[in-house]
Amino acid sequence: MFTGFDFDVIQRALPYLGQGMLTTLGLTLLAMVGGIVLGTLLALMRLSSIKAISIPAGAYVNLLRATPLILVIFWFYFLVPIAIKHISGDSYAQGIGPFHSALIAFTLFEAAYYCEIIRAGIQSVPAGQVNAAYALGLNYRLATTLVVLPQAFRNMVPILLTQGIILFQDTSLVYVVGLTDFMGAASKVAQRDGRLVEMYLFAALVYFIICFFASFFVKRLQLRITPPR
Amino acid sequence: MDFSFLSQPAFSGGGTYLDWVITGIKWTVLVSLCAWVIAFSVGSVLGVMRTTKVWWLNGPATAYVELFRNIPLLVHMFIWYFVMPEMVPKVLGAWMKQGMPMPEFWSAVFALGFYTASRVAEQVRSGIQSIPRGQTNAALATGLTMPQVYRHLLLPMGYRIVIPPLTSEFLTIFKNSSVALTIGVLELTAQARTISEYTFRTFEIFTLATVVYVLITMAVVVVMQLVERRVRVPGYIGTGR
Repeated sequence: MFTGFDFDVIQRALPYLGQGMLTTLGLTLLAMVGGIVLGTLLALMRLSSIKAISIPAGAYVNLLRATPLILVIFWFYFLVPIAIKHISGDSYAQGIGPFHSALIAFTLFEAAYYCEIIRAGIQSVPAGQVNAAYALGLNYRLATTLVVLPQAFRNMVPILLTQGIILFQDTSLVYVVGLTDFMGAASKVAQRDGRLVEMYLFAALVYFIICFFASFFVKRLQLRITPPR
Repeated sequence: MDFSFLSQPAFSGGGTYLDWVITGIKWTVLVSLCAWVIAFSVGSVLGVMRTTKVWWLNGPATAYVELFRNIPLLVHMFIWYFVMPEMVPKVLGAWMKQGMPMPEFWSAVFALGFYTASRVAEQVRSGIQSIPRGQTNAALATGLTMPQVYRHLLLPMGYRIVIPPLTSEFLTIFKNSSVALTIGVLELTAQARTISEYTFRTFEIFTLATVVYVLITMAVVVVMQLVERRVRVPGYIGTGR
């Protein structure tokens, strides 16, 4: 089966693939941080008792969760340059390139998923905690940042990381806008050298090893940090 | 927003742009439903295998789930489409490359189906494992054999419990079917992109595509709510909620 399997191609492409992997990791980490920050805000908005705040946040989350990621990537790839021209008023304004438009797309897309995770996390904090915080004289901002969110995040860390692993896999879709992430690099080498079998199997292996060990680590973390109840 | 371009004849023939959109919807739905048939049947078998205590059943099923879950869907697509014909025996490979009808379509269906099967398996497994152990013990104590316990207790209860998570997997398969555009299936997202390149009506056509995906989601949710109501276990108000 592996007759004619050319390991040399992979070895020669390693530096290029490494650069692609750096792009993938950079995109994953930045989108994860941005997604968690934005997702926290969205979750707080969704849980607000003021309808004018909770309804738009809910609509945003449901809309993005009903839309395929590839379509969202296309949306931002085409829209961001238009938006920039519109805002700057300069019809020859430079685009921001596929990396940044993909980063914006992933951040906004993941924020919707993180929002739901964080909302569940916040709701898992006993109501007595909030009441106690208010009884001590803390206002909404202090009660949220000092009492609710720290406890919520403690429970959520494993799920947030698992979502991060999913995001890491999803970043391979930037292939559709021609960005050279790990998968993009692999497919460019595959097509240049006509070595599709080697490159795609190697890409699968690399993704598998990284995700497998990352999930293993998350599972162990989950056992360690589950708070005593 | 000007949607009048939809009624114009398409640039490279083949009806109007609206026809293209409809073709796109057709392929999205076809890929998703065919893949779901694979995902549901294979995923169910794997999920049940994972709940057994027989090592030669749960070992391979666990290996399958880990292998398929930890590789991105895009890589699955490429492997089914580009790598598979090279890995199978020569005669079959040659047929896959030249004789097989609609190679993109079937590659997409298999890739999406077997990928989603690993996720369905996890849901089925967690559904079955959420049934209290006492019920299994009680069933065994009344003299049922283990296959009978599965047939009369674990599967009927387990499937009802996992309807909500399976609904979201079913929704995900429609969204994930857009990845099929990378191997050349002209589904909804692919059509939207092509039309935007031909007409420069990017905003309108992407809006239309987004609305269609939202409608598909809503339709699935409504249908699954009906299913859920039909199969609800009497006496269990909030089962699986």
